[in-house]
Amino acid sequence: MLIKRPNDIPASEITPQSVYLRRRELLRAAMAGVGAAVGGAALLSAPAARAGAPIADVRPSRFSTDETPTERELITSYNNFYELGTDKGDPKRNAAQLQTRPWQVVVEGACEAPGVIGIEDILRDFPQEERIYRLRCVEAWAMVVPWVGFPLAALLKRFKPTSQAKYVAFETLYDPKMLPGQRRRVLDWPYREGLRMDEAMHPLTMLATGLYGELLPSQNGAPLRLVVPWKYGFKSIKSIVRITFTEDEPPATWNRMQPNEYGFYANVNPDVDHPRWSQKSHRMIGEGLFARKRPTLKFNGYGEQVAALYAGMDLAKFY
Amino acid sequence: MAATRPRVDWLVPTLKPVLFAACLLPLLLLVWRLVDGTIGPNPVEVITHDTGDWALRLLLATLAVTPLRRLTGWRWLVRLRRMLGLFAFCYAMLHFTTYLWLDQFFDWQAILADIAKRPYITVGFAALLLMLPLAVTSTKGWQRRLGARWKQLHRLVYAIGVLAVLHYLWLVKADLLEPAIYAGVLAALLAARMPCGDWWRRCCRRRLVGAGRQDVSAVR
Ligand code: HEM
Repeated sequence: MLIKRPNDIPASEITPQSVYLRRRELLRAAMAGVGAAVGGAALLSAPAARAGAPIADVRPSRFSTDETPTERELITSYNNFYELGTDKGDPKRNAAQLQTRPWQVVVEGACEAPGVIGIEDILRDFPQEERIYRLRCVEAWAMVVPWVGFPLAALLKRFKPTSQAKYVAFETLYDPKMLPGQRRRVLDWPYREGLRMDEAMHPLTMLATGLYGELLPSQNGAPLRLVVPWKYGFKSIKSIVRITFTEDEPPATWNRMQPNEYGFYANVNPDVDHPRWSQKSHRMIGEGLFARKRPTLKFNGYGEQVAALYAGMDLAKFY
Repeated sequence: MAATRPRVDWLVPTLKPVLFAACLLPLLLLVWRLVDGTIGPNPVEVITHDTGDWALRLLLATLAVTPLRRLTGWRWLVRLRRMLGLFAFCYAMLHFTTYLWLDQFFDWQAILADIAKRPYITVGFAALLLMLPLAVTSTKGWQRRLGARWKQLHRLVYAIGVLAVLHYLWLVKADLLEPAIYAGVLAALLAARMPCGDWWRRCCRRRLVGAGRQDVSAVR
């Protein structure tokens, strides 16, 4: 498949990334903080200290937008991750509770080689790339995120899906001890999402292990999350522990809860409003109080690459 | 307990500036967070939520005056009510202005479409519109001019409370806990005005005021 580089919003209009340049410094400060808080060198190698560790040999990707990434501080302090709390600031506050080592992902269902893969194996076996993607939330805000990760297709192929595999289902960890948000039934835990097989195998679809060159912070879905840049953010499920190949469309959490508000496809589409707000424009996080919203592009600006997946489908019906 | 007697002429004049400052505090805090940059990644969202929250809280505080007065017998509470109601209105106006300006940038077509199409905006707008005549007629002059009809007019506040809580219930994505708490408080405040609210009132008053004066006329 031929993937064209998008030519869209000029980079000059996007958030500066001053914090990116200071990330080592911040990392050191964070590590020192963790060390001081827990005391004892043994705990420095403990899971909580992992987030923010640099990822080795990250290659650039031709799929990256040349827009300037949103500041790291903003990407890691404004999160929808209800497992760590419903307020946007909760996930960062509660991040330390989520231990991401050891971490295993079960891959099963319609495949010839079902199995379990650990996060360290994932980081070792799949070459890690940096991909700077636009992220559009269903709540009409957006960021530009420099993810680190690899194509989902690479991982799926290893487990040899059969011809029966029409969809891929994903599941987030369910563990109320580490995920305090799960102590109340705000959503139908565990969080679940799904993709059609062709969407899952699309080269833009990735599994992210990091951002800004470092291992994912828990609030961003550590240690492994999905990133589907042409769909609303809620499709990009976080902290994945299970991947299942299925023949039928798998249940997706928000879709099951409010089918008229959140579709299974959830492709970014300015022509289909959310029943409670317009999707025609969005606010770029980090642009300040008086910044105008920006027009939202169909498929979040990735139409050239992905529109063909939906040829002949009525996107107002399959929203 | 010395209910309203002996008359405490100094009490209300002292409490008014304190209450004024207290009602202004959330706004000052908001401005401060804006100035020193601790307001977070999405300031417009914080301003919208904060002003909306305080509009609703002060509205409920306004509605709490009568039940509280009946409970305690402190008639002077009523003299603080206008300030609470006007502050609720001010925060609602700030809330609406934030929406008009920082959210929609005065795109009137989009705003009208929102008001017509989105139930939570429709009821919020209705609540704000209904607050307008109450704010205008809140003065002593209007109170005198309207006489008995002033009281009838100001019963609109019950509808405003219901609309504002509906607004909140309908805008929430998944976690209904907070709006449900407000709905519960509103329900309790409205129930206290029902005839069936009498029993707990009598019960509480007996305990609070003891066998003292029962100013039945104040219990309206
Ligand atoms: C024209 C009138 C109004 C408009 C256009 C309006 C609009 C909004 C918007 C856009 C939100 C944020 C929704 C979201 O984040 O999803 C909101 C939240 C809210 N509004 Fe309003 N509103 C109006 C009137 C009112 C009034 C009169 C009150 C109360 C007396 C009120 C109380 C609230 C509350 C409590 C919230 C939730 C804040 C939170 O989530 O913490 N609104 N409103």
